[in-house]
Amino acid sequence: MTTPRSTPRSSARRTALGLALAAGLAFVGACSMFMRMPAEQEFGRERTSTTGLYRAVIRPDGDSIPVGKLQRWTLHLETAEGAPLDSATVSVDGGMPQHGHGLPTKPAVTASLGNGDHRVDGMKFNMTGWWVVKFRVQSAMGADSVVFNLKL
Amino acid sequence: MRRYSRLAAALELGVVAVLLFLTTASGARPAGSGRVLWTSAERATLRSLSLASLAPLPSDPSNRFADDDAAATLGGRLFFDTRLSSNGKVSCGTCHLPELGFQDGVPLGVGVGTAGRRTMPIAGTAYSPWQFWDGRADSQWSQALGPLESPVEHGGDRVQYAHRIAGDYKREYESVFGKFPDLRGLPAQAGPVEDAVRRASWDRIAPSRREEITRVYANIGKAIAAFERRVRFTPSRFDRYVEAVLARRPETPADSFSADEEAGLRLFIGKASCTNCHNGALLTDDHFHNTGVPAAKGTTPLDSGRTVGARQVARAEFNCTSRYSDAGPADCAELKYAVLEGPELVRAFKTPSLRNAATRAPFMHAGQIATLPAVLSHYNRAPAAPAGTSELKPLRLSERELRQLEAFLKTLVSPLDVPSRDSLP
Repeated sequence: MTTPRSTPRSSARRTALGLALAAGLAFVGACSMFMRMPAEQEFGRERTSTTGLYRAVIRPDGDSIPVGKLQRWTLHLETAEGAPLDSATVSVDGGMPQHGHGLPTKPAVTASLGNGDHRVDGMKFNMTGWWVVKFRVQSAMGADSVVFNLKL
Repeated sequence: MRRYSRLAAALELGVVAVLLFLTTASGARPAGSGRVLWTSAERATLRSLSLASLAPLPSDPSNRFADDDAAATLGGRLFFDTRLSSNGKVSCGTCHLPELGFQDGVPLGVGVGTAGRRTMPIAGTAYSPWQFWDGRADSQWSQALGPLESPVEHGGDRVQYAHRIAGDYKREYESVFGKFPDLRGLPAQAGPVEDAVRRASWDRIAPSRREEITRVYANIGKAIAAFERRVRFTPSRFDRYVEAVLARRPETPADSFSADEEAGLRLFIGKASCTNCHNGALLTDDHFHNTGVPAAKGTTPLDSGRTVGARQVARAEFNCTSRYSDAGPADCAELKYAVLEGPELVRAFKTPSLRNAATRAPFMHAGQIATLPAVLSHYNRAPAAPAGTSELKPLRLSERELRQLEAFLKTLVSPLDVPSRDSLP
């Protein structure tokens, strides 16, 4: 009876396996990093658009954003220089990155209220946690997106 | 010796310090009781789940008779009237049995035939923007009208029901809804139903008379809804427990939880992620989710859930924006901003309230899962969905934890507050 011994070949295989395992773990780590909640400063009701064209402020109806209730928000839009933006086409999207689902409703910007304010109808969140709400803004200045992170 | 005693004293001091530390650290566990306390964030969650946090009964702008007492009395009688069916044997109460929490305890509802899904309970549904497992109705009154003309549930039709109102309920009807239309010359049975003969009869009726009949039919639904919205949950052991926790008062035996129930509650609001969907005082988000529930035996094609329900409610004859609804355009925001298409709707079904769920076996939209432990095991395993994508992720809970969750779910049981049936036939 012989005791199996480590050959150069099997140790190479083991190294390869180890490397693959490490790579796999790194990949999983990267994925969970991707799903991790953004830093505290990424939250808040005032945001600059992705490429810096616009600044936006969300004003939910009331201090806190309720769960399970259809709500109307006001979205304030201005240029990077601070000029109110009334003439813009805005669409709304969002969801929960950690859960892989979108918003439970299909909200829409329903009116321009003047002074850069826009009415957003149909906002709803059906659970607590980290939500992302994205406004796609298209105006004469160009297209850009404003992303809000919310902790409910 | 002296040295020894000094060492002993130091040791003793150390032991006392460690004991003191342990006692302080387990401040969450008062000596003897073995009880755990809740953090302020957890207490806020418990409060949100408690019946005491339930908002007042919301108005239903689409039904201006919703809070009319006479409408509710009439609705209660209609709810239990088996003559509102094709064979005289099926009422709403046949499947929605008050003694079983307004459901029937069988996988598929049985009326004049067998329905395709599990009978849903009624309590608390006045709070939901969507009715049925797939949300194909957007009010209690429009929901009530679905089974009445379904060929496998009540099997009747709106002209037959109008005759029934004229024969037995005319006075009550007129006291709520005003003048009852003249039915002279109308066939005994007719309606936009599956049956070809009754459908053809319906098509031969003049549009203005069809409109009158349909208004009577809508009012039948509105009366039944006025009754149904009064079927309400009463506080459960869980609610009394939360009340005691929030008041920080010593629990009396009546409102205390066992260690397993408490551990189950902790899992429910934490590791098991149940409150992702079962949230709020009714423990439902009133939304639709694909949870990978297996296909019901012998059902083809596969039930696609909200995919079809969303399409149906958008063009439903009795939806919030319909001519039979009393709502103004601004009152129909849930419908207006509803997600009506997309991959998330595939095989997504409405989250049921967990209040009294422990008494409602079998479970899921077609009663596919027979017992509560089997339901918990399903959520723990998170199997792939037969169609669409399941939102579940494996929970990796132990058998003991699953038993604790089950123990907690049983604390959500309470009797219903049901309108008096004294005046019922």
